[in-house]
Amino acid sequence: MKMKTLTNGIFKDNPIFVQLLGMCPTLAVTTSATNGFAMGAATTVVLVLANFVISLIRKLIPNKIRIPIFIVVIATFVTMVGLFLKAYFPEIDKSLGLFIPLIVVNCLILARAEAFAFKNGPVESMLDGVGMGLGFTLALTILGIVREIPGEGSVFGIKLFPEAFEPAVIMILPAGAFLALGLLLAGNNVLKARKHK
Amino acid sequence: MENASIFVIVVSAILVNNFVLSRFLGICPFLGVSKKVDTALGMGMAVTFVMTMAGIMTYIVNELILVRFHIEYLQTIAFILVIASLVQFVEIVLQKVSPALYQALGVFLPLITTNCAVLGLALLNIQFKFNLPQVIAHSVGAALGFTLAIVLFAGIREKTELSDVPKPFKGFPIALISASMMAMAFLGFTGLV
Repeated sequence: MKMKTLTNGIFKDNPIFVQLLGMCPTLAVTTSATNGFAMGAATTVVLVLANFVISLIRKLIPNKIRIPIFIVVIATFVTMVGLFLKAYFPEIDKSLGLFIPLIVVNCLILARAEAFAFKNGPVESMLDGVGMGLGFTLALTILGIVREIPGEGSVFGIKLFPEAFEPAVIMILPAGAFLALGLLLAGNNVLKARKHK
Repeated sequence: MENASIFVIVVSAILVNNFVLSRFLGICPFLGVSKKVDTALGMGMAVTFVMTMAGIMTYIVNELILVRFHIEYLQTIAFILVIASLVQFVEIVLQKVSPALYQALGVFLPLITTNCAVLGLALLNIQFKFNLPQVIAHSVGAALGFTLAIVLFAGIREKTELSDVPKPFKGFPIALISASMMAMAFLGFTGLV
């Protein structure tokens, strides 16, 4: 039962490939595998902590004003994560830039608060957060790799090709983000169709 | 960007640095509410209104409260609260003043709170160190850019709905690939300002 809460987010209900939640950071920061992974990790931390706290106070929250309360809880953790990154990982902070404060409005976090943490106990909510966060990180890293190889000719910053390789810059431009995600989703659909047969 | 003229800011926000297609802000509604041109236009109008108001309000809050008391680190929390209450306020006022428009926008209004274009705009305004007229220009331009992108995209999606798309590409994949083509087209505006 508990194991399922954890793995659901990674595969069956993967936030990006299946639920299509949290698209803005997904497309914006995945210019490289490192950035994708860093964004995923930051979001996971916020998601787990926010899920935990919201689930702890869920019985005290009046139903009518639950959304503003969720947002304040989430914004608090985002500010903490943002300050932490600025202090210890200034490079990552620079390359993710605007999208760190924007974790607040990542629909994934609010959706999990509303759909899971508000209805379940703190331990389960944390597990759900970990699972969803890992699924998100996984998808972001894959997308980062898919874009970085043709766009820069490297993975996690390690060069793959000799000097003569001319990178297809379009892949790290916005157009490439939409294209890569579209192709990945289509690929996912093909896999799913095969499984059903 | 500090002393850019109003015209340059507006054109840049609509075309060159289009919020959706080059800054990646507001992708959720861009993909979610773009199945029909009518609803896309409604969403665009609602967002235009909220973004303009939010741009001005967050600027004032930042200047008068956060900067004065040196608590800029509370920016994210303060801005999201301003935006959430603004959306709520707009909802209440619209309900009273123009029930017809409220009906038309109904579902989209609460969604705007979690539209990252609004919070992104507020944060960018501060980052670019704009003054008040520039903030207004940037907010209006960004909002019009969002509306332009979502309406064009809805038009494309209405067409692809009718065409013969290979099965794995049906739905979101083909929509994303059309968005990619749009982003490429908008690349053509680079260097305009």
